[in-house]
Amino acid sequence: MAKRPDPRDVTGERLPVTSEVSPDAVHAEQVEELDEDGLTADDPGIAGSRARRPAAEVAPPGGFRGSLRFAWAVLTSMRTAIILLLLLAVAAIPGGILPQRPVNPFAVTQWLSNHTKLGPFFDKIGMFDVYHTPWFSSIYLLLFVSLVGCIVPRTAIYLRAARAPAATPPRTVSKMSGASAYSSSLSADEFLSQAQASMRKRRYRVRRVGDTVCAERGYARELGNLTFHVALLGVLVAIGYGSLLGHSGTAIVVEGQGFSNTLTQYDDITAGAAFNGQLDPFTVKLDAFHVKYETGPVQTGAAREFKADVTVTDPSGTRTDSIEVNKPLTIGSTKVHLVGHGYAAVVTVRDGNGNVAYSGPVVFQPLDSNLKSAGAINVPDARPQRIGLEGYFLPTASVGHSGPVSLFPEALKPQLFLTAWSGPPKAESGVPSSVFALDKTGMTQLTQDGDLLRMQLSPGDSFVLPNGLGLVTFDGWQRWVKLQVSSTPGMGAILAFVLLAVAGMAVSLSIKPRRAWLMVDGDQVWTAGTDRVDGRSGVGEDIAATAAELGLERPPPNP
Amino acid sequence: MTVASFSALAIVTAAVLYLMALVFHTLEWALARNVEATVTESVAADGKGGVALLDKPSAEHVPPRKADVYARMGFNLTILAAAVDLVGIVARGIAAHRAPWGNMYEFVTTAAVVVAALYFFGVWKWGLRWLGLPVTLLGAILNGLAATVFYVAVAPLVPALHSVWFMIHILAAIVSGAAFSIGGVAAILYLIQARAERKGTVKGYLARLPTADVIDRMGYRLLAFAFPLWTFTIAAGAIWAEYAWGRYWGWDPKETWSLVTWVIFAGYLHARATAGWKGRRAAMLAILGFAMFWWNFIGVNLVFAGLHSYAGI
Ligand code: HEM
Repeated sequence: MAKRPDPRDVTGERLPVTSEVSPDAVHAEQVEELDEDGLTADDPGIAGSRARRPAAEVAPPGGFRGSLRFAWAVLTSMRTAIILLLLLAVAAIPGGILPQRPVNPFAVTQWLSNHTKLGPFFDKIGMFDVYHTPWFSSIYLLLFVSLVGCIVPRTAIYLRAARAPAATPPRTVSKMSGASAYSSSLSADEFLSQAQASMRKRRYRVRRVGDTVCAERGYARELGNLTFHVALLGVLVAIGYGSLLGHSGTAIVVEGQGFSNTLTQYDDITAGAAFNGQLDPFTVKLDAFHVKYETGPVQTGAAREFKADVTVTDPSGTRTDSIEVNKPLTIGSTKVHLVGHGYAAVVTVRDGNGNVAYSGPVVFQPLDSNLKSAGAINVPDARPQRIGLEGYFLPTASVGHSGPVSLFPEALKPQLFLTAWSGPPKAESGVPSSVFALDKTGMTQLTQDGDLLRMQLSPGDSFVLPNGLGLVTFDGWQRWVKLQVSSTPGMGAILAFVLLAVAGMAVSLSIKPRRAWLMVDGDQVWTAGTDRVDGRSGVGEDIAATAAELGLERPPPNP
Repeated sequence: MTVASFSALAIVTAAVLYLMALVFHTLEWALARNVEATVTESVAADGKGGVALLDKPSAEHVPPRKADVYARMGFNLTILAAAVDLVGIVARGIAAHRAPWGNMYEFVTTAAVVVAALYFFGVWKWGLRWLGLPVTLLGAILNGLAATVFYVAVAPLVPALHSVWFMIHILAAIVSGAAFSIGGVAAILYLIQARAERKGTVKGYLARLPTADVIDRMGYRLLAFAFPLWTFTIAAGAIWAEYAWGRYWGWDPKETWSLVTWVIFAGYLHARATAGWKGRRAAMLAILGFAMFWWNFIGVNLVFAGLHSYAGI
């Protein structure tokens, strides 16, 4: 069984080789040629799954160049690829268990405060941002270096092999294991030409060598496999390209207001290292936001529809459109996704002098699935004292044991629960609407009747602040949406490479390379075949069908 | 009776039928306990020139009569169970006015039917009857879990799931998961059989199984079918995520574990083509991948709150 592979194979020459070894073998896999039991693997293997190299080329030779070559041979070996793949799997796991900063920074903070011993250590080794750590990157970079080192020689060999004619048998066909004998009434020439035609009909590549017909098919397997691996590289390059040049940011837009695509209008933005700061010029105005919730008994309160009606203005003009959860807006190379929504309380604050110190919608940040929302109203311009308000907006308010809660996400009984603060005026004036927390430095909390002051307002209600500080009016509510505005160049290329990879893989895993030989030997005919993948390829059936077609007959079994 | 409650009843009935089929297959295994192997390998031709191999267990594995009767009853019950299961799923779709793949209850019941369908196909094509016990075990576990732990009443989908890509993604995930499962089960049987062959103790039920080589090849066939489909599943999921959440990949726990599963099966395919890794180690990777798939499918939903868990249990 165990046969030394022919070292010449590595040149891709199709020489008569031992039967089960694929001649178009590739990797520097000589080291791994030995089985656990010390035998040379003689599995038909897969086209190109391992190289046959003289051992001297792979054993660590002396000298710097020698060691480099050895390192390269090890790095590009299949065994290293397997180990790196498994390492990648293991390295990805922490990110599937622990919260990750780019995904959920809040959860990371919470984890850290719950695990004061382990937390800082984990943080130091990058456990909360696994996919950007040097150790994670080095695994996949090594894997891809190995991949390149693997693809390049295999491609060269494949290109030669693809042009090569069907392989000659490793030795006389009659001596091959599994060979069968037939008797034929055809002349040798008739037999050989009919056998050729018959195998060709079965989509074999065929040639005649002396008195033997050599037939082979399944060349596309290696092509599919190479396509897959090259496409994988393509995916990585395209992803890298997109993340270098792309950007993504979010902005909160209240009904009736708009967003224009300039850097200052983003609430937050992340951009790739090569992002040039150029943004597609457009504005999106939120005309209305429609939400529907489940009111039936099952999944009560679950969202059933989100739809933002917008007016888009870009260089080509103004049009109305809509954004839904699975229907982003595309403007030039920019996509606008609907990624969040919530309530804004419309509030008017008159100061102690009777002047309107603030009036308009204040964005409240949702805290739970029934949209209990938290927010703050800074009124720095109020006089004689500046005013700060902080609290909750509840779309369907109810006061339970643990304070105000919301029972349903729809604004059925909206109420505003606020506490109030005041302090001497400060010089600078801030922008009140996008701040969710109050800066309380220099302010004191207001009290009433010896207790902390608490307002509970329904739309239309006003509340007179003590000490002549002013008047707070809850005018009503509006909805806001969070838009994600992003551009990711190369997304089409990623998709194309992924589809190419799937196609290549499907070809590679379903095509079964096989070889058959039919030989005339006096008045007998010998046939033999090899399956060249692990798995049955049906070469036996193909030979049997051809034998039947040519009217070959099995001789009586030898005594 | 409403269509929804009819569906629920069908699913519970299917779970019971899978369980009964499982009992018959267990009896089959138990009765085969004392049979000596007469294996001279269906597969004598393997390797040496490797022409035709018999995939079906050869006639030489002469089983006792009784075991055969139980095997047949188990098989017929499996057909019935899968048919009832399918009716339940279709009814569920009718009751919900949508494709019935919106939550774990629906995934898991559909997965059981697909496992059964792949098994029937294998029986028809390659004589995979020897998988009867593990397949009915899978069916009983999946439908049992569905009926007890994962049951949710019929409801429409949340907006993020209103997408053809979601439906494609889920269907591909279910089918690849079913194939991963049968492939994983085959890998377990392979390890058992290969060990028995090494020790020369192939008897009892093992004598009813094909040789380790044949089991290995069957497992490979299923996994080689499942892997490209799983790749496509992840790609379809990424496309859907891009529409729904504005990013195609976000290292959400579900996404991360899908990738881990993918990488493990890629390791399996490489292992199978590498001396020293083929056989036992490759089989262990296949089993690991199989476990990873179900952990991702069920465990991750229950343990982690990611964007994916909002489908309701
Ligand atoms: C990013 C890392 C890699 C991944 C994800 C990967 C994935 C895969 C997959 C899924 C297959 C089976 C599908 C097919 O045959 O087309 C495969 C096969 C193969 N890969 Fe890779 N591969 C990687 C790196 C490598 C490297 C570095 C090598 C070279 C040492 C390599 C050599 C091979 C060979 C020879 C096969 C054929 C085995 C067979 O046909 O069963 N791969 N690879």
